[in-house]
Amino acid sequence: MAKRFQPGVISANDLISGKVIYLAANDNWVERLDEGEFITDEARAEVRLELALGQPEIAVGAYVAPAEATETGIRPAHFREDFRATGPSAPARKSWGIN
Amino acid sequence: MLDATQNVTRTYLDRRVEEFRGQVARRIDGSLTEDEFRPLRLMNGLYLQLHAYMLRVAIPYGTLNSDQLDVLAEISERWDRGYGHFTTRQNIQYNWPKLTDVPDMLGRLADVNLHAIQTSGNTIRNVTADPLAGAHADELIDPRPVAELIRIWSTDHPEYQFLGRKFKIAVTGSPNDRAVTAAHDLAVRIVERDGEIGYAILVGGGLGRTPVVGKVIKDFLPQADLLPYLEAVLSVYNLAGRRDNKYKARIKITVNEMGLEEFSVRVDEAFARIRPEFSGADQHLLAELQDGFARPMLAPRDSGAFEAAYEADPVFRSWADVNLRPHFAEDYAIAMVSLKPHGGVPGDASASQMRVVADLARRYGQNEIRVTQEQNLVLPHVAKADLPAVFAELKAHGLATANAGLASDIIACPGMDYCALATARSIPVAQEISERLAENEIEVGELAIKISGCINACGHHHLGDIGILGLDRAGVENYQITLGGDAGPDMKIGEKTGPGFAYDEVVDAVERLIQAYLDLRAEGERFRDTIARTGAEPFKSALYDEENRHAA
Repeated sequence: MAKRFQPGVISANDLISGKVIYLAANDNWVERLDEGEFITDEARAEVRLELALGQPEIAVGAYVAPAEATETGIRPAHFREDFRATGPSAPARKSWGIN
Repeated sequence: MLDATQNVTRTYLDRRVEEFRGQVARRIDGSLTEDEFRPLRLMNGLYLQLHAYMLRVAIPYGTLNSDQLDVLAEISERWDRGYGHFTTRQNIQYNWPKLTDVPDMLGRLADVNLHAIQTSGNTIRNVTADPLAGAHADELIDPRPVAELIRIWSTDHPEYQFLGRKFKIAVTGSPNDRAVTAAHDLAVRIVERDGEIGYAILVGGGLGRTPVVGKVIKDFLPQADLLPYLEAVLSVYNLAGRRDNKYKARIKITVNEMGLEEFSVRVDEAFARIRPEFSGADQHLLAELQDGFARPMLAPRDSGAFEAAYEADPVFRSWADVNLRPHFAEDYAIAMVSLKPHGGVPGDASASQMRVVADLARRYGQNEIRVTQEQNLVLPHVAKADLPAVFAELKAHGLATANAGLASDIIACPGMDYCALATARSIPVAQEISERLAENEIEVGELAIKISGCINACGHHHLGDIGILGLDRAGVENYQITLGGDAGPDMKIGEKTGPGFAYDEVVDAVERLIQAYLDLRAEGERFRDTIARTGAEPFKSALYDEENRHAA
């Protein structure tokens, strides 16, 4: 059985920095998930993914990152995407004063 | 002492750096696709993780000199975010390099004979060893010349560039295994029989989704037979190991499916074929390496200053009691440098901290630093007389937490804060446990808590007194607890206790386990001794029974 399509935002890692990036509706790559194009339609996702995969000089490993529309905007639909969107959770550097 | 990588010549490393520089350029200009580039970057230790690239640099057998540690610090400042992360396999990882900077990073590493070759991929990985090698009082013989011989033999060995899966080797020269040897694909334990030095060889150990304790395939291998025997093991594995299923491709599965006896017969056959090819050049090299790793000449020193500080300063005394290990020389000690400040990230060190340790090694420690499987650093040769000064300096830089081997000396993999494979976070769980337990960990005593953020078990959770495995259960982080693991010479795999705990429940659960131990323990019992005596039931009750859950 085919996997059920899950709405989301096309995401990838930036080739040079490795940063998490999202594909916006204007075809630009952006760093904020809520500025990415929220895709609810499978056919549209295929078209946009093809565009993303056609830009290997910018984006590595493009896929549809599960997301959902909430009252406060587009949010990740899985905790992994939450961490990708926000960065490491750890207040890591407190013992040596680096932010 | 010997440079860790003397045989990988500067010319060779420079050539590799320039080769990678060209590959990076071709990836960026579009000549190489990502699929073509990925194996090339992995051959240079460069991964793409959740938020950034990650460069994994090998620290062969965990031995560094001060210049090398200074360069590791410099690299973190020039091309990363001013810190590095030390791992359970004696590597350092940089979490934030830019692709375009990596060739320069590798070039700077080459200046001090370090590199990232074979820190990824289906090859023989960084050869690890006892981090207290060449220093601890209990050692039979320094394992590093053997580890270095294996490293030289296995680096760029054409037959081992396309194994079925990665292959990890560890070496110990002490009966008190501090190198987790039985969790390796192959382990070399240096032993003595009738006055002769030889090797006990274990095969098929490993953690991950199928944890297996390595099995003794040879209880005494003569020294001269080591490399031909390893070639024999590798050749049998390389042919018989499964390549149809990544999860069944490690040698532990080959040995389990074939049976140790049959595997051993095939190895002996291969050995008979291979042995005559070894003319003895390897043994000449080993002898040279042994000279290079000769024990440092340590002048006798009056330990009066140590005794005085020990009497006068309870903070120093506490650190000395917990973080020092016995040295072969009477007036000296091994100082464990904790990278586990309470609430900190296990294994992280800032550039300035690395420089402090490098400087202390230069001034007081024979220029030597070690990296441990517990993600700490070590100054292996410090005169007791110098320990008060060393302690003061460590303390001033957040490196003197008195917790070596205690509850907050937690092993934790990077987990979902960094790792693309992770199924849950490890680091914040470790941080919270460490903060909660800080106050009474000396009372609790020796305790190994180990946390992995996925089934691959980089955090050795199977081997913890308390093991924690983070999983994704229906889109929610869930933490499974195991009890009774042991990373020592008689390695044991911990047993699952029952259903897992939510992210905001798991630290309470660990506290209940420790409270149960404090309630149950008999005089002088460690956590593992109490479990061995009582069995797991009272601990499971502490975890799961309603009245206990609410009491926490």
